[in-house]
Amino acid sequence: MTSRLEFWQGNTACAEGALAAGCNFFGGYPITPSTEVAEHMAAKLPKKGGVFIQMEDEIASMASIIGASWTGARAMTATSGPGFSLMMENIGFAAMTETPCVVVNVQRGGPSTGQPTMSAQGDMMQVRFGSHGDYAIIALCPASVQEMYELTAKAFNLADKYRVPVFLMADETVGHMREKILVPDKVERVDRKPLAADALPFKADADLIPGFGQFGTGHHVHVTGLTHDERGYPATTNPKLHADLVKRLVDKIENARYDMADYDIINPDAHKVFVAYGGPVRTVQQVMHDRKDKDIGFLRIRTVWPFPEKALAAFKNAQAFFVPELNLGQMAREIERHVKVPVVSIPKLGGELHTPAELIAALEAKR
Amino acid sequence: MSYEDWFRQDRLPHIYCAGCGNGTIINCTLAAVDEMGWKKEETIFVSGIGCSSRAPGYILTDSLHTTHGRALAFATGVKMANPDLHVVVFTGDGDLAAIGGNHFIHACRRNIDLTVVCMNNQIYGMTGGQGSPTTPKGCLSSTTPYGCTEIPFDLCELATAAGANYVSRWTSYHVKELEKAVKVGLETPGFSFIEALVQCPTAFGRRNKFRQVTDHVEYLKVHSLLKAKRDRMLEAGEKIPEDMYVVGELTKRSRPAMGVKP
Repeated sequence: MTSRLEFWQGNTACAEGALAAGCNFFGGYPITPSTEVAEHMAAKLPKKGGVFIQMEDEIASMASIIGASWTGARAMTATSGPGFSLMMENIGFAAMTETPCVVVNVQRGGPSTGQPTMSAQGDMMQVRFGSHGDYAIIALCPASVQEMYELTAKAFNLADKYRVPVFLMADETVGHMREKILVPDKVERVDRKPLAADALPFKADADLIPGFGQFGTGHHVHVTGLTHDERGYPATTNPKLHADLVKRLVDKIENARYDMADYDIINPDAHKVFVAYGGPVRTVQQVMHDRKDKDIGFLRIRTVWPFPEKALAAFKNAQAFFVPELNLGQMAREIERHVKVPVVSIPKLGGELHTPAELIAALEAKR
Repeated sequence: MSYEDWFRQDRLPHIYCAGCGNGTIINCTLAAVDEMGWKKEETIFVSGIGCSSRAPGYILTDSLHTTHGRALAFATGVKMANPDLHVVVFTGDGDLAAIGGNHFIHACRRNIDLTVVCMNNQIYGMTGGQGSPTTPKGCLSSTTPYGCTEIPFDLCELATAAGANYVSRWTSYHVKELEKAVKVGLETPGFSFIEALVQCPTAFGRRNKFRQVTDHVEYLKVHSLLKAKRDRMLEAGEKIPEDMYVVGELTKRSRPAMGVKP
């Protein structure tokens, strides 16, 4: 495969990755710092025969991509904190109805309107648990312009394969940075499993995923956010049916976590180990580069949800894990659940990345 | 094929109360769809939340029963992604005019090629009878126990002002007129809005002195004022009584539309 060299902004790379993956529907609403994704799609999609529509708010944006997805479209939206909060109810609808779609969140400082132009990772728990009820989703965290492209393309494949909303949890740093990117000629494409002619539209196969009964293909599928049986019909007062449905929606993602897990293990014999995702990866990389110390390990995670906890066990000599995040330690607590050694959260609020000196200071403070 | 073939027989019995007007509206809509000669596999019914929104679940096509107030936003995605599909939206007064008000005016403004049938029972029926944005002044509901003091929306004027190509209003009494209006709506490119006033004996009628279902239907009949007559009255300088509902074809125009089948 050949590729070409470009110098792009992260949000441009995200939009280009989506186009390369065959995204043909974008419904969105302007919000800093994600707007360039929508602008790029507005310019490019119509020329490729796709649909760009600017909706009246983020609630409608999320609704529009779910509607488009049921016609077979590869559908996507992009937003940031306040818009992400508005999307929550329909994200739950997408999870309940097993609708493939991709949501990009270029995170900014919150809560509320917060810091529109500054970087943060404050929505990492919201993406996992933000809509009501139990469910599971997939969240990917890019740390470079290259990954904005690659992980967006991958998000569509995961969404189609697992029939679930997939989130590209970027941050303002990665969304707005400009750097070199190698753009491949084509990207891998995994399509939805179609519904067999005589199959029930919400009866799962052994992989816990039902075939997709695309609208307009004669399946007469009823799609509802109500608890539904395998025919898709509402069945809201049957306790076992509800429990089985919700369990399946969670298990189809949680059980497949190592099929989709994407992380790098660097210096597995180290005693002190950084764990990072998104923007802070860059600071850890600088520290690793400066120190060239085999006793500093690094677990760099791209699939943050479902969390690939086994990756932590690869660091057998670890005496402590160090977790720099642009929040007050959201994923540090998740990591704490899975290890017996101390987890040192290195939170940073305010909108800027940690400096290498701050990470080294945290490393040296733990003796 | 008759319109009865459009129902999912395996979904019966339905959830609607005895005397509910929604079934009448669904019948009229399906009869119009059937007259269009549309195929089941190319017709999609979309809805939000409420009594009206349960309708798509009883119809043997692809159907999307979505979140409260958002049916038009979902339907916009369906129609824009595949303009070959015929998309019909069932909604109610609470779903469309309260929580979904913003989506309503924007769908009208875009003049997107959808047909929207609003079952306006002037109350939140499914949650047990709370006041809605179309509850008439003075009417009793569980959240307006001393009589509704707010001014109700005129949904048809709203749709017209916001840009819809076709707007008409009838009631559950006017079944032939309603069926014809829905058919014109289905034929009209762009946004078509058909409001159907319906009786809700369980949540509205029993609190508002309609002891029989037929009393309420009779009320709707008697308080309907044909648009042509309204226009003549206006011309003659007569006052239009406040408790009358103007019925008939209120708007028909051919503004540029979105999502029309190429």
